[in-house]
Amino acid sequence: MNRRIARTEKEIARINIRGVSKQFFDIAQSQEILALQDIDLEVGHAEFLTIIGQSGCGKSTLLDVIAGFEQASAGSIEIDGKPVTRPGPDRGVVFQEYALFPWLTVYENIAFGLREQRIPMPERDTRVREQIEIVGLLGFEARYPHELSGGMRQRVAIARVLVTDPKSLLMDEPFAALDAQTRSLMQQELLAVWQRNQRSVIFITHNIEEAIFLGDRVMVMTPRPGRIKSIVPIDLPRPREVSSTEFNEYRRKVTHLLQH
Amino acid sequence: MKATKRPFGHVFGWPFAFPTYIIGPVLVICIWQIASSGGLTDPRFVPPPTKVLSTWINWIFGVSENDQYAGTWLSHARDSSYRVLVGFAIAAACGVSLGLVIGWFRSAAQLIDPVVQILRPIPITAWVPFAVVFFGIRDGSAFFLIALGAFFPIVVNTAAGVQRTPLMLVRAARMLGIRPYMLLPRVVFPAALPSIFTGMRIGIGLAWVLVVVAEMIAVKSGLGFVMWDAYYYVRMDIIIAAMLSVGLLGFVCDRLLIFFSSYLMRWSRGL
Repeated sequence: MNRRIARTEKEIARINIRGVSKQFFDIAQSQEILALQDIDLEVGHAEFLTIIGQSGCGKSTLLDVIAGFEQASAGSIEIDGKPVTRPGPDRGVVFQEYALFPWLTVYENIAFGLREQRIPMPERDTRVREQIEIVGLLGFEARYPHELSGGMRQRVAIARVLVTDPKSLLMDEPFAALDAQTRSLMQQELLAVWQRNQRSVIFITHNIEEAIFLGDRVMVMTPRPGRIKSIVPIDLPRPREVSSTEFNEYRRKVTHLLQH
Repeated sequence: MKATKRPFGHVFGWPFAFPTYIIGPVLVICIWQIASSGGLTDPRFVPPPTKVLSTWINWIFGVSENDQYAGTWLSHARDSSYRVLVGFAIAAACGVSLGLVIGWFRSAAQLIDPVVQILRPIPITAWVPFAVVFFGIRDGSAFFLIALGAFFPIVVNTAAGVQRTPLMLVRAARMLGIRPYMLLPRVVFPAALPSIFTGMRIGIGLAWVLVVVAEMIAVKSGLGFVMWDAYYYVRMDIIIAAMLSVGLLGFVCDRLLIFFSSYLMRWSRGL
């Protein structure tokens, strides 16, 4: 059982997942499909957890359940001791396909959450402008999403959730659509943001190197039904060097876990 | 030699690009003129373009007084346009709001959609007797017929646009803490806007069709009324001028709608 492995012993976990299963009715195959089975997991207050698994292993389903988009068929999910019933701004979600509002400018997209949460104007503006600077979008405030590159769109998507100051970040293959160079840059910027504010991050990827580079722990999932195969703590100092012997050691280990 | 595409006008060495889109209409008018003045058709039934043009000018400006239609164009065009605008405004207001409700609330769809789907295939002309009995030979009949005709494409397209709202955008908004009742105005409505305008363009086109129908039968003024009136005097020149007037006014309305929609949807690529 991996339930009790937190990053350090004295930390109380922020995200508590106990015995979560998720069943779907697949209309195409007209049968019940077990997407997730008995997931037990704790994620610490400042922990960066990466989840890796083959496509269709239910890793996105797990994230949807934690985000509150889907209800678990069994088990419970608690954030800071409170059960998850619906999506909320305490859990910022970053989608692979950005999901920006195409009719809003960069500024308006980033201000969306604060506006909907009725944060009054002078404060809202200050926070949005601060965040625009942090993610490096100064000068692009008035652009529409279709005028931006993939990397910039993902910056907007990240800024849009960071500006509401969520306690946890749920990221579903956020950099999968980016080219290698942009991806590497975004990884470093994400780490910088995470280290500054110490949030819990759950980051889904199918890229082994990305999982090891980013994660305090790497959770490997089995193919359907999705279960936790193993959780590998990554004991490497940051910033990590992807070409180091130790890094390669982890790479070999995770690759082995994925294949067997 | 570089095979770059140049504007047509450069062939003639003109300093400005040749407006190629006028070639088609000019060609049609030429064939018409030749057919008519060459004796291929009876000029009483197909008057030549020159005759139509002079009649049209006289109809608009009243140059010569010995034509009963002289100088009356503006009031008829105004009446028709007014009916189209009022009818279309009613259709847009009802169609968009009902379409949003049908598209967004499943229970509303189950209640209203069957009614809409059964009424929709009925040709609007079938409503004429009902309209005349109910509203009389007055503007009300025209408003009713136009609004009803333009309503269906708007309501159907709006509902479809709402149902096609990307799930990810709804999830993103919920994750950002939107209050549930704000989803419709803040996310669903803008996401459906392109479909809404598609419905409106079909609707305004239908409105011009129906204003002619309504004016031929249910009111005593407007371009459609003039067409029917001129038919009794076999004034084909007036009828053609009225047809072209409807075509031009419909075209202007469509352009205005496109202009308005591309302003509202300046966030979208092209259109």
